[in-house]
Amino acid sequence: MSQLLTEFRRPELLQIVALTLRVTGAALLLATVAGVPIGALLGLVRFRGQRLVTLVLYTGMGLPPVVVGLFVYLSLSSSGPLGVLGWLFTPTAMIVAQAIIAFPLVAGLTMSAVAGVDRAVRQQVFALGASRWQSAWTVLLEARVGVTAAIVAAFGGIISEVGAVMLVGGNIEGQTRVLTTAIVLYTRQGEFALAMALGVVLIAVAFGANVLLLRLQGRLRDQ
Amino acid sequence: MTTAPACYRLESVQHRYGGRVVLDIGSLEIRRGETLAVIGPSGSGKSTLLRLLQFLERPTAGRLWFDERLVDSEPALDVRRRVTTVFQRPFVLNRSVRANLAFGLHVRGWSNRPAEIDHLLTALGLAPLAHAPAQSLSGGEIQRVALARALAFDPDVLLLDEPTANLDPRNVRLVEDLIRERQAQGVTVVLATHQIFQARRLAHRAALLLDGQVIEVGPTAEMLDHASDPRTRAFLSGDMVY
Repeated sequence: MSQLLTEFRRPELLQIVALTLRVTGAALLLATVAGVPIGALLGLVRFRGQRLVTLVLYTGMGLPPVVVGLFVYLSLSSSGPLGVLGWLFTPTAMIVAQAIIAFPLVAGLTMSAVAGVDRAVRQQVFALGASRWQSAWTVLLEARVGVTAAIVAAFGGIISEVGAVMLVGGNIEGQTRVLTTAIVLYTRQGEFALAMALGVVLIAVAFGANVLLLRLQGRLRDQ
Repeated sequence: MTTAPACYRLESVQHRYGGRVVLDIGSLEIRRGETLAVIGPSGSGKSTLLRLLQFLERPTAGRLWFDERLVDSEPALDVRRRVTTVFQRPFVLNRSVRANLAFGLHVRGWSNRPAEIDHLLTALGLAPLAHAPAQSLSGGEIQRVALARALAFDPDVLLLDEPTANLDPRNVRLVEDLIRERQAQGVTVVLATHQIFQARRLAHRAALLLDGQVIEVGPTAEMLDHASDPRTRAFLSGDMVY
């Protein structure tokens, strides 16, 4: 126990936590900015090929992170189509990979939440004089609890993810080492106390972030 | 009243759902400023007629005019905003009663009109519930919130689908008083109801709808007391005619 407490005082710990929050936060922001409007649109409109799009989105929700990591790795490698960007083994590559993992979760669950809003709401809002945009926004607000749940699910999915960030980040000390990749490394090296300390921090960070998101969800529900 | 220009005009209007004809109206005129009661049994097409008048759907066939303008596509927003409906099963938004009442004002970019909202809350006995979450209310309270919300932005046309279906006699009176207040201001009201006595109390004219067809239309008292069509007489006397 005392060894575990000692590990919490390791100077690199703060840096690892900060990078984890930076990468996951940025990826979640990107996925939310793209995923919520697209999910809302898919939940609101009917069009040809919608079932196919839904199927692709739902498949994306279960996409193995390591496969996403491989795809991003190959795209960003020097011989890949985006190799010229020079992002491989940088936090940017990790953000891209995590955003790709989070996007279908945010979009798919938002779509379900919006589609689940009673059709009567749209007709009521129309009859009260709302424009198309105002109607869409009102329906999205009615689905706000489900939309927040989508963001919470995506956050949980990417902060605990290891395969993709390991592949595209490379787990470079001081540069691309995040909590999950650090846990893998220290476990392999037999530094179990440090790995455990990082595991506790990861759970605490995830818990704290979810508390914030759920408080937001509760506030939205009560509005 | 008889010389008032037409608010709505329907000509050979037919509406189908999945091939089934649910509305088949040869001719019907609703005059500006009048209250027309559309009476008929459940499933006779009253709600469908209101949906067409609210521009939620376009007739499958025939022509519908609003203010002498043919409605062949979704009307412009400013035209649409002159009409509102209180649905039979009204839906309140997941926010407070007061915020629900302000919704129509907000989408129009108007200020909150607190005095008007207070008047409506008081008139409908909702003042103690002003800050309660609207979705926590009872069916009757929700129906009153829906009416107050519809009146908050002074519509020119008020479409009411069984507006007192869930209300006790005291609240029926509150609602009817408020409808009379708007009638006096020249609002056109279309009241779909199967309550004959309510039609008698509120409407200038009444139209009987059976199986989607207008059987008879005329001044309310005249039609209810001296119906010319045997099907109207049968409906009014409570016989099954459908």
